[in-house]
Amino acid sequence: MQSTWDGVVADWSADKETFAMPWGKLMMWIFLLGDTFIFGIFLIGYMAVRMSAVEPWPDTEAIFTMTMFGHEFPLLLIAIMTFILITSSGTMAMAVNYGYRGDKRKAVMFMGLTALLGATFLGMQVFEWYQLIVHYDIRPWGNPHGASQFGAVFFMVTGFHGLHVLGGVILLIVMAIRVHRGLYDKKGYAVVEITGLYWHFVDLVWVFIFAFFYLL
Amino acid sequence: MTHVPIADQPMDDHHPTSFVAKYVWSQDHKVIAIQYAVIAIFVGVVALILSAFMRLQLGFPDTFSFINPNTYLQYMTMHGMIMVVYMLTALLLGGFGNYLIPLMVGARDMAFPYLNMLSVWFYFVSVIILLASFFVTGGPTGAGWTLYPPQTILPGTPGNEWGIILMILSLAVFIVAFTMGGLNYVTTIMQARTHGMTLMRMPLTIWGIFIASWMGLLAFPALLVSAIMMAMDLLLGTSFFMPTLVSLGNAVDHSGGSPLLFQHLFWFFGHPEVYIVALPAFGMVSDVLATHARKNIFGYRMMVWAIVIIGALSFLVWAHHMYVSGMNLPFGFFFATTTLIIAVPTALKVYNWTLTLWQGNIRLTPPMLFAIGFIFTFIHGGLTGLFLGNVIVDVPLADTMFVVAHFHMVMGVSTVMVIFAAIYHWYPLITGRMMHEGMARVHFWTTFLGSYAVFLPMHYLGFMGVPRRYFAMGDTAFMPESTHALNASITVFALILIAFQAVFILNLIWTLRHGREAGKNPWGATSLEWQTPDVPPKHGNWGDKLPVVHRWAYDYSVPNSTQDFIPQTVPQGEMLEKSAAGQTEGKSS
Repeated sequence: MQSTWDGVVADWSADKETFAMPWGKLMMWIFLLGDTFIFGIFLIGYMAVRMSAVEPWPDTEAIFTMTMFGHEFPLLLIAIMTFILITSSGTMAMAVNYGYRGDKRKAVMFMGLTALLGATFLGMQVFEWYQLIVHYDIRPWGNPHGASQFGAVFFMVTGFHGLHVLGGVILLIVMAIRVHRGLYDKKGYAVVEITGLYWHFVDLVWVFIFAFFYLL
Repeated sequence: MTHVPIADQPMDDHHPTSFVAKYVWSQDHKVIAIQYAVIAIFVGVVALILSAFMRLQLGFPDTFSFINPNTYLQYMTMHGMIMVVYMLTALLLGGFGNYLIPLMVGARDMAFPYLNMLSVWFYFVSVIILLASFFVTGGPTGAGWTLYPPQTILPGTPGNEWGIILMILSLAVFIVAFTMGGLNYVTTIMQARTHGMTLMRMPLTIWGIFIASWMGLLAFPALLVSAIMMAMDLLLGTSFFMPTLVSLGNAVDHSGGSPLLFQHLFWFFGHPEVYIVALPAFGMVSDVLATHARKNIFGYRMMVWAIVIIGALSFLVWAHHMYVSGMNLPFGFFFATTTLIIAVPTALKVYNWTLTLWQGNIRLTPPMLFAIGFIFTFIHGGLTGLFLGNVIVDVPLADTMFVVAHFHMVMGVSTVMVIFAAIYHWYPLITGRMMHEGMARVHFWTTFLGSYAVFLPMHYLGFMGVPRRYFAMGDTAFMPESTHALNASITVFALILIAFQAVFILNLIWTLRHGREAGKNPWGATSLEWQTPDVPPKHGNWGDKLPVVHRWAYDYSVPNSTQDFIPQTVPQGEMLEKSAAGQTEGKSS
């Protein structure tokens, strides 16, 4: 035990790079920690608003229901969206893997695929918003189903997350093009992993949003 | 795996040649630092003038026609917000952080120079947006610097048309700027330290900036989120913070929101913000004291851990700003306890500063004067903080001038004293010239005594029950005549104090051209930034080879050494019989 602890202390207090990792990667981790605080505070704000709302909270199961072929499927759309986003994490991991193996073509391909899945997610989110706004008459400032804060937090948090996904898609496309052009042939493919870190984080945040907004 | 640290890898140093690339779109941390500092000092002067207007009204009510209740509130709001966020935070982290981090840890530049450049320009844009609010319909917001809803949003509050929107937008842009800067500072300190610069050899300045940057990255999210929510309440008519209420005879279009939620979010940012400003100041004053007392800092490890512990604890004390907002008793107990606990590491630091001076070879240079002045004002402001940390004492004092006196003493005056100390201390490095000592002494004594003349009587006003934020007291029965006389005297001293800051600005500009040549390491300091091959340091800082660090930053007056300081670059056991000694020996005797 003693030696393990000494090793930790030595690593942390040594000169030069604290975690022997590329600077950009450490920066991304720290940025994501800050971003975690942003989403964490969003979700805590959501809980506070939901607890202090004076009108009853709308029945989410009834609202997030899709009617297809005459049947009602609760949470169907959102299940598909979640599945797509989590799949995109898988393709991102493949891209990182191929990047480190030096297989540029496949890395670019999987980055593109990840971006495509992300864009699909965004498209479905637009569709979901459209449904809520047009068919369920939900607005940020009020809705006929209950507390007005429902629309406010829903559009705010999913919107903020959607912007993160949009940013991720753009980042992925830019990085895929840069990798394709061979800009990282000499420096190595750590940037693919850094992009991946961000993408996985956006996915992880979605899991919490999914749980707190749709399931509860 | 052979890991070659990135700091050692050859980097493509392309030195910019054109004026624009060198001084406008510069990626050099030193130029960026000066850009940050100039903008911050400029808005600081704007905020200082606003405070003069407020004092004129309070000291001599019904005298100045351009100050009415609305403009008074707007001055107050802008003064507070500018001083805390746009001046202190930007100057300490953007200015000193940028300048000192790479030099003190032995790096060629920040980890991400391009991001660093973006940071300063985003900051510039945020300042422009903020100042633009003086020129829009309705003027800047007058909701108080804490921007508490509902009055921020309700009609009747000055600047609720455009001022508040610009304020929120400006804060959001500032947060983006700070995030880019903060990521840079943290990454640079963690990754780009030179050989031998272990964490426990870093000067305390770097420790203060390091922890403060971490805190900023974790605290500003709360401000961002509350800004987004408030913008939605304003623009989309949502009800995050707005309860059902009747305003000016009309029921508002909101229902079910919680104004307390905003206060929690704001102070979850706002309290760490106090320490984001204080910790770099703590660090810098430690280095100034050690250098000019020719003694090692007392209890270095303790000082480091005190900074870390203060940083962590400061996230657990926020609701002590909200005792009068209505709070569950156990909560009040919890926050009072954490608030008093945070006084322990803070007091430790004060003891250690004092013990650093103990039997030191003290040189009363301008930086040292300000550093010692800081110890006075900080003890003073810190002790009144203990009063206000207790719920039962805070409740009667909360909305009085006592609070104004407290935080101006602890956060305003103390931090500004350190900023002055730091500018006098590092100016010779930045420009290669010494600041004029006579002017500096005049500046110190007027600032130090002036601050006391302004803020000491304010405590008394607070005890008498004079409320803060009020435009005019009128002839309120419970206030004796003496409070009015005191208010007038405070105003006179405040105007004198403000006028004498011109001496400092003059000194700053005049010495740029006409100051005495500083030469290398004029204070005889040990830390790395004074060991650069050129003064002021050139682009890339270190010439061909990065420095190697062999010792901590506080080897002053080491027994049996040939001079009274040993720079960090001197190997252990070598007692300096070599060239570096001769240059500074004359001055250090």
